[in-house]
Amino acid sequence: MEKADSKRVLTGSHYLDGDHACTEGALAAGCNFIAGYPITPSTEVVERYSRRIPAIGGTFIQMEDEIASITAVLGAVWGGAKAMTVTSGPGFSLMMENIGLAAMLETPCVIVNVMRGGPSTGLPTMVGQADVMQARWGSHGDYEIIALAPQSPQEAFTLMIDAFNLAERYRLPVMVMLDECIGHMTEKVVIPEACEIEIRPRRISTKEKGEYLPYEIGADMVPDMAHAGEGHRYHITGLTHDERGYPAMDAEVHDKLVRRLCDKVREQADDIIMLDEDGMDGAEIVLISYGITSRVARASIEATRAAGIKVGSLRLQTLWPFPEKRIGELAGKVKAFVVPEVNYGQISLEVERCAAGRAQTLLVPHMGGGVHDPAVITRAIEEAAK
Amino acid sequence: MSDAMKRTDQHPLDDILRSDRLPHIWCATCGIGTVVKCFAEAIQRTEIPLDDVAVVSGIGCTGRVAGYVKLDSYHTTHGRAIPFATGLKLANPRLKVVVFSGDGDLSAIGGNHLIHAARRNMDLTVICVNNFIYGMTGGQAAPTTPNTANTSTTPFGAFEPPFNLQKLLEACGASYQARWTSLHVRRLTNSMTEALLKPGFSFVEAIAPCSTLYARRNRLGSGFDLMKFYHDNSEIQHGADPREVDISFQDSIIVGKFIDRERPTWQQLNDAQHNRSLGEKYFRHDIVEAGGEVSDA
Repeated sequence: MEKADSKRVLTGSHYLDGDHACTEGALAAGCNFIAGYPITPSTEVVERYSRRIPAIGGTFIQMEDEIASITAVLGAVWGGAKAMTVTSGPGFSLMMENIGLAAMLETPCVIVNVMRGGPSTGLPTMVGQADVMQARWGSHGDYEIIALAPQSPQEAFTLMIDAFNLAERYRLPVMVMLDECIGHMTEKVVIPEACEIEIRPRRISTKEKGEYLPYEIGADMVPDMAHAGEGHRYHITGLTHDERGYPAMDAEVHDKLVRRLCDKVREQADDIIMLDEDGMDGAEIVLISYGITSRVARASIEATRAAGIKVGSLRLQTLWPFPEKRIGELAGKVKAFVVPEVNYGQISLEVERCAAGRAQTLLVPHMGGGVHDPAVITRAIEEAAK
Repeated sequence: MSDAMKRTDQHPLDDILRSDRLPHIWCATCGIGTVVKCFAEAIQRTEIPLDDVAVVSGIGCTGRVAGYVKLDSYHTTHGRAIPFATGLKLANPRLKVVVFSGDGDLSAIGGNHLIHAARRNMDLTVICVNNFIYGMTGGQAAPTTPNTANTSTTPFGAFEPPFNLQKLLEACGASYQARWTSLHVRRLTNSMTEALLKPGFSFVEAIAPCSTLYARRNRLGSGFDLMKFYHDNSEIQHGADPREVDISFQDSIIVGKFIDRERPTWQQLNDAQHNRSLGEKYFRHDIVEAGGEVSDA
């Protein structure tokens, strides 16, 4: 790991909203290229970046749409940049094909989605958490991505750095799933000294010219990269390909490739997943939450604990890969999982799958446009404890 | 003459073409191979170091070009070669970035990117093989299909007004525009050479035959007949008004260099505006500096 560049790090205590904190996290992580397209409620991220970057060194380009934005990000990465794009639901939908290309080409990049209410244009200025399944499954075919969900502007800052580091470590798109509330919530954000921020450098091939194979892998299933212009004169394609990067369209090569694209994440899930747990000892109910909903649910957890119910809290900082092992362990010990989310049941389905009938899963939905009334979550916990 | 050309055991273009991928997928008498050969010669002629050239393709028959050139080459998604190339160029301005794709890929699904890249005068060379049809998927109508032409989705004749790509891009602001057919190998190579050396958005349209689908469905004869048609019906008009170079079904094809003008590139405009607004505070930054190292500075 390397240290962050002090020129890029706005060390100090600030009063920032989640979108702006996200920009500062990207800058600290070394992001030197953003291609984006305006969309509420995410635009503040690129507005701040376009103001900050000219004096720091880097490129911002406003593209003609979100498809162009994500694709320019991929090109920039293969040209040597650390790059990201920023969007919300409708733009996220448009990006899906090329998120698949990012997964297929194993392109390290970051996609921020500040979630609003959907489907379609839905609630442009109001909160939703209904894109979390799309983050995982939105593009066609089998692949794995990593998705993180901050619960505060402070965490938006730190998870952006984690996102870039994970993207470089595993060579895949990493999604940072803010929601409108976190994006527009203004709180204290403490940005540390650059020397306290760890940055994972890109895995660049050290092979001689003529020796480099774009998809030759070592022990960890992740190949080393080469940028355009380094003299390797390699070829890569979104078609099913062999180690040379050449199209190789047969079932055997496809099997090997798809397994690796998935297994490089699945087999490292324990290292990737970040969870924030409390009150798990002897818990009979576990409340599983992420993003703004974990803030709202605090009141419900405290109220039900005060009423004598043993409630544990499991907050998902990592949404994908899903912590199936941890939830499986808990399912053998607890009576029920209570899952409030600002959608009509998405992460709750994963919880239910992992619980596999050994503990009840109780969805507490909110369709969006606002957050839960904590009393509703409280009642769900009480119901689950009966 | 390069070293490669002096050696007898090598094809003169072996240094640019991926001979380990041959034979290619293109049909006999397809025009794409000829256009690729012109491109390879043009690259040699520019003397741009091959390590500094990147080729980006979309999807389709011409989309496969990226896979046959021994350069840093990227076979991307349908219609998205231009934005990918834009990111590549902005990350490493030292690169000569070439987009090589077909008329359907560039002007239908990728049409939005085509017009905006020309408007921005993004420093890219776009080579568009225009065969008036979707070849890879079996001969469907394209935005370039001339009226009355028979395709698999216009079995009773095409009726939508086709794009005149030269008029479109002239209006958007491209710096350089030329059109030739795959018969005009010498002139096509010359135009590609000029385009590669021209700063800003350059566009070379190569009219090429698709004998398997377009010619067969329309009973236009053999590959030789198609070349003869180009020979007899191409009309060289350098500097022709792009508004006047529409292509009608089996009618004359106006070819030549239509546009060659000076306009600042996106990068130049970006730098100039930030210099004006920020003065010394503006940090002109190449993400990748010579040598290919990732630089934060």
